[in-house]
Amino acid sequence: MVDPTSPLPHAGAAGGGPDRATSQTSAVTPTQVGNTLRFRDDPVPDEPAVSLDAFLDQSNANSVRLEAGDDVRLLGPVLERVRLVEIDFPKFRDGRGFSSARILREMGYRGEIKATGDVLVDLVWFMRRCGFDSFAPDVPLNLEDVLASLDRYPHVYQEAADDAVPIWKLRHPELQNG
Amino acid sequence: MYKYDQYDHAMVRARVEDFRDQTRRRLAGQMTDDQFKPLRLKNGLYLQLHAYMLRVAIPYGTLNSTQMRKLAHIARTYDRGYGHFTTRQNLQYHWIKLEDAPDILGELAEVEMHAIQTSGESIRNISADHYAGAAADEIMDPRPWAETIRQMTTFMPEFSYLPRKFKIAVIAAEADRAALRWHDFALRIVRNEAGEVGFQVFAGGGMGRTPFIAYEIREFLPTGQILSYLQAVLRVWNRHARRDNIHKQRMKILVHELGQEEFSRQVEEEHQHFLALGEDFPQAEYDRIAAYFAPPAFETGLPDEIDRSDPDFAVWLDQQLAPHKAPGYAIVNISLKPIQGIGGDITADQMDVVADLAERYSFDELRVAHTQNLVLPHVRKADLYAVWETLRDAGLADANLDLVTDIIACPGLDYCTLANARSIPVAQKIADRFADPQRQRDLGELKIKISGCINACGHHHAGHIGVLGVDRKGTESYQLLLGGSGDEETSQAKITGPGFDEDGIVDAIERAVERYREVREPGERFLDTYRRVGMEGFKEAIYG
Repeated sequence: MVDPTSPLPHAGAAGGGPDRATSQTSAVTPTQVGNTLRFRDDPVPDEPAVSLDAFLDQSNANSVRLEAGDDVRLLGPVLERVRLVEIDFPKFRDGRGFSSARILREMGYRGEIKATGDVLVDLVWFMRRCGFDSFAPDVPLNLEDVLASLDRYPHVYQEAADDAVPIWKLRHPELQNG
Repeated sequence: MYKYDQYDHAMVRARVEDFRDQTRRRLAGQMTDDQFKPLRLKNGLYLQLHAYMLRVAIPYGTLNSTQMRKLAHIARTYDRGYGHFTTRQNLQYHWIKLEDAPDILGELAEVEMHAIQTSGESIRNISADHYAGAAADEIMDPRPWAETIRQMTTFMPEFSYLPRKFKIAVIAAEADRAALRWHDFALRIVRNEAGEVGFQVFAGGGMGRTPFIAYEIREFLPTGQILSYLQAVLRVWNRHARRDNIHKQRMKILVHELGQEEFSRQVEEEHQHFLALGEDFPQAEYDRIAAYFAPPAFETGLPDEIDRSDPDFAVWLDQQLAPHKAPGYAIVNISLKPIQGIGGDITADQMDVVADLAERYSFDELRVAHTQNLVLPHVRKADLYAVWETLRDAGLADANLDLVTDIIACPGLDYCTLANARSIPVAQKIADRFADPQRQRDLGELKIKISGCINACGHHHAGHIGVLGVDRKGTESYQLLLGGSGDEETSQAKITGPGFDEDGIVDAIERAVERYREVREPGERFLDTYRRVGMEGFKEAIYG
């Protein structure tokens, strides 16, 4: 069920290796589509996202909107038909959406995860690491600021929903394929 | 001690540049303080009553002489020539200019230090037994695990905005010198019957306005599963904590509301899930880190006898030493609680003196205790007299460890925007009242802890005697509490009754202490007597 090796659509595109300096999350070039900053090159889902309750009731919907307190695991049985999950941040201090996104990737979901609401540019790096691949916050993000923030930290200390190689693996190249 | 490699250096340097950019945007007016606040709080920078305060992380309270000298240099160059050690083994500068903060972080990075996650809703600096690696009673040095967890929890993406702060402590002895069960997540390293090393895990402790002592949630966790287990705990809390009331968002509230069993059950379920992801650090990485903490090359055949002919030295010896695991060595506690001083404060010159002592006599190691004192962990008994003379000349030779004047006090209304009352002057008045060294020694171990508001930074819930400053109709008032403890028999102090004014609280404490003297049995500490006779006997003495 869980595919930890390549949960993102673009995983593996830029290669790896112990001396790679930049995490995979920043290697995908984003595009601006309307107010949405998108790190995907597949067609934009065009259906409006419906609430979790409505989505679970309607067997033909393919886009769902999660409020911060919604239980993302309820999507597990119907994941096959999901193309877009919007996760709302009512205020930037409410970090529940980080867990929701990561759980989706852990369940093997490969479609789009869009962050909406109160999203700060300084959190985009962490959001990318949790599996978010599009951003449509209330206050639109500046593409250059986002790129600069994604470029800031050369490494990561731990694994997440991206394929960034954690520092401990860089320190032990002999373990990388083990 | 741990040493940064290229990766650790690169991460800390990146943080400095990140913060430099954020500060530049703030100073240029591109951000309001409201927008800047969450960013500076991830970097230990608070806006207090008079100036910015910068909290520097001292991981598990360990530092070397180079780092201590750098702290002294920063105090001289960017502050008012002193610093303040905190109850979580960190150091705070209270008079910082915003425009200097990035340069200070740059200076810290040069000596492998930082202020990452020392404030805000983040996983804070990991605290540990300040006698780690030296204590005669530990089963191993807990610091390699503390360092491993430090790395695991640095910039953890899923937990970028936790419901509240999250404090972790690690010890490896029966005796608890780190107030373990007052932490959100606490680990005691133990051996099971098969001789394997693992963690006894506690969760849901914390002080503040709703104090809870942490429950045991796992009797024995294999050490290699700590990251998956910690992530499970954090995820359960991150997903299910309240988000509507900042005072009810600490993990202790969730653990208490779900109950110990249900919380543990949810954690175990999530842990199985994380185990399957296979993200735990391998043994090889732990081994790499642990190698840095190999014991120093202790000399063998050293004498244990100490020349006690100088009576002042003998008094200090009897109070300030703890047993070391190596024959011929001792652990030396340096008091930062002079009678007229401010607990935890240290001048830049004193920092340099202590750094020199560490370099010359303690294998270049220093520790910060959560009681706001310092420790030279590895001193040859033959060198103790020379160490004491140097400390005495620097005004650092008070002999009051764990005595009535070894008071923990928060900065209080003299510095803090949250405080309702002053803490420092009250601590000074109490210390004054009990200043007589003979009286202090007669009273024995007696831990007084003072907080200037219900956030409890001065640990009043854990004081044998606790003092809580409150604001009553515009005047400062002080409540008295008895019976708390942060050791292996953790307990929460209880309020005696109506509060007192600043002088009244000192008198009330004296009446409680005199009652103890009247009714104590041989060998009983204040806390033992309180536990035996209960609150009533003390109440009568305090309120008449």
